[in-house]
Amino acid sequence: MEVNNQKVGIGKEIICLMKTNIREYMMYIALVLIMIFFTWKTHGGFIQARNISNLINQAGYVAILAMGMTLILILKHIDLSVGYVAGFCGAVSAILMTKYGISEWIVIPLVIAIGLLIGLYQGFLVTKVGVPAFVTTLAGMFIFRGLLNLTLQNTGTIIIPNKGFNALSNGFIPDIPLGMEIHVLTLLIGAIAVVYMIASEVKIRNNRTKYQFTNHSKPVFLSKLLFLSTIIMLIVFLLANYSGIPWTAVTVGIVLIIYNYMLNKTKLGRYIYGIGGNEQAAELSGINVKGVTMLAFCSMSALAALAGVLYTSRLQSATPTAGLGFELDAIASAYIGGVAVSGGIGRVTNTIIGTLVIMSLTNGMNLMGVDISYQYVVKGIIFVIAVAFDVRTRSKGR
Amino acid sequence: MNDYILEMNSISKTFPGVKALNNVSFKVKRGEIHCLVGENGAGKSTLMKVLSGVYPHGEYLGDIVYNGRTQQFKTIADSEKNGVVIIYQELALIPELSLYENIYFGHEIMKGKVIDWNETIVNSREMLKKVKLDVNPSIKVKNLGVGHQQLVEIAKALSKDVKLLILDEPTAALHEHDSQNLLKLIKQLKEQGVTCIMISHKLKEITAIADTITVLRDGATICSLDCQEQHTTESDIIKHMVGREMDHIYPKRKNHEFGEISFELKDWTVEDPIKGREILHNININVRKGEIVGLQGLMGAGRTELALSIFGNTTKYNITGGEMFLSGKKQMFRSPKDAIKSGLAYVSEDRKGKGLVLIQDIKFNTTIANLESLTDGQTINENEEIRIANDFKNAINIKAPSIEQKVRNLSGGNQQKVQLAKWMFVNPNVLILDEPTRGIDVGAKFEIYTLMNELVKKGMSIIMITSELPEALGMSDRLYVMSEGAITGEFLAEEANEHNVMAMAIKS
Repeated sequence: MEVNNQKVGIGKEIICLMKTNIREYMMYIALVLIMIFFTWKTHGGFIQARNISNLINQAGYVAILAMGMTLILILKHIDLSVGYVAGFCGAVSAILMTKYGISEWIVIPLVIAIGLLIGLYQGFLVTKVGVPAFVTTLAGMFIFRGLLNLTLQNTGTIIIPNKGFNALSNGFIPDIPLGMEIHVLTLLIGAIAVVYMIASEVKIRNNRTKYQFTNHSKPVFLSKLLFLSTIIMLIVFLLANYSGIPWTAVTVGIVLIIYNYMLNKTKLGRYIYGIGGNEQAAELSGINVKGVTMLAFCSMSALAALAGVLYTSRLQSATPTAGLGFELDAIASAYIGGVAVSGGIGRVTNTIIGTLVIMSLTNGMNLMGVDISYQYVVKGIIFVIAVAFDVRTRSKGR
Repeated sequence: MNDYILEMNSISKTFPGVKALNNVSFKVKRGEIHCLVGENGAGKSTLMKVLSGVYPHGEYLGDIVYNGRTQQFKTIADSEKNGVVIIYQELALIPELSLYENIYFGHEIMKGKVIDWNETIVNSREMLKKVKLDVNPSIKVKNLGVGHQQLVEIAKALSKDVKLLILDEPTAALHEHDSQNLLKLIKQLKEQGVTCIMISHKLKEITAIADTITVLRDGATICSLDCQEQHTTESDIIKHMVGREMDHIYPKRKNHEFGEISFELKDWTVEDPIKGREILHNININVRKGEIVGLQGLMGAGRTELALSIFGNTTKYNITGGEMFLSGKKQMFRSPKDAIKSGLAYVSEDRKGKGLVLIQDIKFNTTIANLESLTDGQTINENEEIRIANDFKNAINIKAPSIEQKVRNLSGGNQQKVQLAKWMFVNPNVLILDEPTRGIDVGAKFEIYTLMNELVKKGMSIIMITSELPEALGMSDRLYVMSEGAITGEFLAEEANEHNVMAMAIKS
């Protein structure tokens, strides 16, 4: 689909853009509609700074899981065990901190290392032994659910007293002490983000012009920049007027930047897309398919451990029910975010949008006091509609 | 007076953005073998899909007169009811079902509410007899070779009481022997009154079998040649297909000196652990710098298995004996990665299944096998990548609007060029090309041959696996013939001819 700014008018270009990118736009439209709907239904409660902070804290662990899941799904595998791996790792961290009194700053890397080991074990079964990922991780679901219960058998729910640990999912970044009412550091970070976004978009555009690739016309490009800047600043203002940026957002942001860079700019990222697109071709092109798959499972379980830490910190306690249904939210996030059901396609940035869709639904329905059973039904329906829409638009694109 | 079984008049079919068929007229006489030829993308398959109801009436313009009546087929079932049966290039049999289940799949013989299996088996046996396939109808399709599966497809068509049989490249996947069998069968069907439309790229078969040849080019009918009235040669057909004279199908190489031996196999013996038997026996071959060595043989002779066992052995064969030397060094590769590092490359025969990542673009596919050279550490130098992909696109004439074009939207010939670009970027010492021109049109073939000539001129060694005899004879400096897992003959280009090569290829 060629968009040539010399020949076509802006109107036509926008229609063409809508047509070719409808899949991606749909996701944003859905998110905005959901947000408007809940804001209306909760008389503005949904969009209040307090709730948005809350939403971010709620969505954090799902976003972390969903990013790892994106890799796994691109590779045409699946990981069902992430929920209980997260639950188990959360429980272990609680035991280590309360029973053994180890500092949280040692416990967190330690628990992530445990996640890595779990990933090694599952990756080994999938790549070396040849057990399908579905079976391996279904077995993992059993195993880690059992281990979670065993870990907390003697103690029951553990309340965590460590302030630093609990701040991870409940705290906010400190402010520069200027004595102003608004959160200055938050504003500063927002401004830096906007400048960086604009600079990198302009750089990409110039590069594309240099190589004579098709670009959006200037008005479309500028309105896109304006739109993105507005959104970022809006959220930043909202947060700055409350308590600032939550630590959860920082954690998710760091993981997002690393994974996005890895997928788009590095050899490893290419290999992941290559294997997902055509495994045999990838292998015959000299790609170490097993190694890359192994790495993806390790990254998944390590992120699951991190998600477990975030969830435990959020509740300020470890419970035997932690982890129930996490994998569903994570998988749904990735698919709503546009990972292809047939593998080979997907972006972590879009997965985050998918997470926001799913978690806005949860958050909004909680605010409205919708019964949890109905919540499952609604989320299921949205999920299947998103995937159905995805499959249809992709097959048309042929 | 001519009796036409089928007249397609001024057929036009448009896809979004492309006019696939433009006012095409196509007439088939009753009881003839009518060959439909044209380059890839000329509209042959689209025309047949219009005929068989895949594109239902209303989605195209023009009319179809079949058996003297204007027809408006809405589905494949409609056309099959009228005796029009199409057999696609990719066979539509179900591997895990038996032959008789496959033959009557979709039009089961019923006794009341249940399937009459006895009758089915008896009838299947008769249908198989008609196609001269002497096997038990109870065996599973997956246990048959491609050639025999093709015959089962025809048996299936016969069971539907076919009047007009359409074959889409029926011999593309068959070796010489099976092809001959199939062509013989088609002739016999003709005598029994079945009219046959055959789409094919193999001009030699066409000239041997066709009563009439219709040439399509760019969605339009170029001409209809009556082979009974006037003798038609391959070059006549090519002229109409490409719209210009093609003096040489195989571009000549300037005589050049070969260097030292760059690749050699000594007594290479391989066992397939699944089949539990030896599949390659004491293979001895070598290739010199700057030489194109053909590896000719029928399908199933073990050529692809040989290539895969050399190239990192992804199929996990047991290499039970023998040695491999690459640039004088003894080697044994444990993965394609090892092999590529040492300067060996393999271009798969199955470009869609094992060669390209179809959902990615030209750039992605061009660089995927050699990202090392674009990185220091992990990060890819994207500017350099774009430059390289563009260079290759221009140098080997990949026809696409930009290197951001998805590979699945390219024609077969251009896909093949992307595959070649990928391996040229790796720049190996020894390149194994497995059926490099399968399923691509004459024009693109010529370009690929020219490219091969340029590569050997630069000192690369090429092993070309092919089942097309003329290609093997036309392109090789030297030729090995394989049969049933063993090398049965070796010829210099000037010694080889169709007879002595074929004699070795069917030797067991």
